[in-house]
Amino acid sequence: MPKTQFPPSITSRPVYGELEARSGGGHLMIADAEGAEAILDLAKSVDQGFWAKAHIIYIPKTTGTKYSSQLEELGAGQYYAGPSYEAAQGRIRRALQDCHMGTQVYLTGTESLMGQAMAEATAAGIPHTAIQTEHRGSTARRMQCVHCKGITEDVTTDPFECSHCGLSLFVRDHYSRRLAAFQGVRVDAEDPGNIPEKVELFK
Amino acid sequence: MTIQFNDETFYGDFTFKNSDWAIKRFPFPFHEDSYMYSVNMEPHKSYRPGSVFERTFDVDEHYVSEMKDRARVLANDPLRCQSLPHMTLAGWDLVELIMEAKAAEYPDLFELHKDGNRWRWVNKPLGIDDTFTFLDESTLPYGPMEYITRQTQGDFAVLDQRDDNLWMDAGMVTTQADWSLDFDIGMNFFEWHAPVPKAHEMGIFVRALKFLLNIQQGQPARRLNWTMTINPLLDTSPENYHKWGVMKQGLTRENIGDKQHLRVELQTFFRLPRSNALVFPIRCYLISFNDLVKVPKWARRLHRVIRDLPEELAAYKGFIDNRPLMVEWLSQFDDGSPTSDGIWPDDD
Repeated sequence: MPKTQFPPSITSRPVYGELEARSGGGHLMIADAEGAEAILDLAKSVDQGFWAKAHIIYIPKTTGTKYSSQLEELGAGQYYAGPSYEAAQGRIRRALQDCHMGTQVYLTGTESLMGQAMAEATAAGIPHTAIQTEHRGSTARRMQCVHCKGITEDVTTDPFECSHCGLSLFVRDHYSRRLAAFQGVRVDAEDPGNIPEKVELFK
Repeated sequence: MTIQFNDETFYGDFTFKNSDWAIKRFPFPFHEDSYMYSVNMEPHKSYRPGSVFERTFDVDEHYVSEMKDRARVLANDPLRCQSLPHMTLAGWDLVELIMEAKAAEYPDLFELHKDGNRWRWVNKPLGIDDTFTFLDESTLPYGPMEYITRQTQGDFAVLDQRDDNLWMDAGMVTTQADWSLDFDIGMNFFEWHAPVPKAHEMGIFVRALKFLLNIQQGQPARRLNWTMTINPLLDTSPENYHKWGVMKQGLTRENIGDKQHLRVELQTFFRLPRSNALVFPIRCYLISFNDLVKVPKWARRLHRVIRDLPEELAAYKGFIDNRPLMVEWLSQFDDGSPTSDGIWPDDD
């Protein structure tokens, strides 16, 4: 799956680049699902010595074992595959804490993963110049309900139901890096019950 | 003059009311018969005695009730007031700015007595008499920004300045035109303005940021902004939009004069001395259409502005569905005669 081309959007919406191997004292790679492909692409252009200093944290999501053995075979100094971002979160925080000056951070896969890991990395004091991102795979969105503040993961339709309070929300492009989420707002606030049909906007 | 403070509400039964004095000094935002975005900054200097531009922080008849409404909103949702850890010093800067200005400009209402860092603050309208140590948080019942903005009308965004940008890193936001501090906190100037249509392409935000980054201590600036609100509801937050959005329904020719309010923000900008942060008070003034049309010039002009406003702006400001009714109702006060330049009523 090639990297995603997003349509032009508003200025709070993040933009992503393309991972490139950079020289550094260590390489922390955090990926989910098809993000594995970005790491495998990057692997084509690095020598074997690169991987000894690498730590890969991978969350396969629905891709199962499609990529995990290939990633493992890269020979990273540390390799971890976890069942969900929440399960991996403690490990991600620890790995970011353990970063030294010059460690390069690579984030790839869904916006939800990159956004959350980016917020953790920033909180850990990693300079933004040492963090790269590349989007791969699903364009489903991580949404915050502006009313109840609950987060709904993997939203593919507009409108969608908040998984916490149940209101039907429309999907905005307004994005908070602190929350790693887009904003959802009640779609029928001015005319209760008048909920437009769901459209699949994200896959 | 001594202000008579109203006992009124901004939600529920909506007993908010402007006196003739408040109507006459209302900051009508349109200096000509049409409206388009502009940076429209001017020095925040004392101007026109009695107007909302006279004092550094205007106090009016709504003060006590607005502070009660703020306390109510905060009790329901404490996340309306947030300050990232590095912004505490800016909060103290704000305490100093507001206390000194109010004590100097409203000596009958506020007093500030300093003995070194030991300060005594007297706020007579709210019945507060507190002694605290300046720069020592443990001596105040709230963080410094929260403490003083629970006693000052208007929302407050406190902006950190770094990397040639401004960052919304603290705020007290309970009277906002539909934006969420909890969502926007930590964003830079372009990010938190991202949802505004047209203005980015017009270069408005690049120019505004350039201006704001260069604001110097002791040289504050101001501008007016506006929108429309049904009922005198101060808390038009996105958090509660699922409760107040429905009020936009049911506007009729009979009730529009009472229910429809022009909502004007007096935005001011001050450089803070210790933190080098910028504080951005956003003071909300409301006026019903019935009260507004008591000034014939304003009635004629508002009719023309609303009638000719670009579609995108009417949609963004949230009154596109009610615009035809507003224009029809306002047209009865517009005989087509010319209006004078500037925002002030003609009878002055």
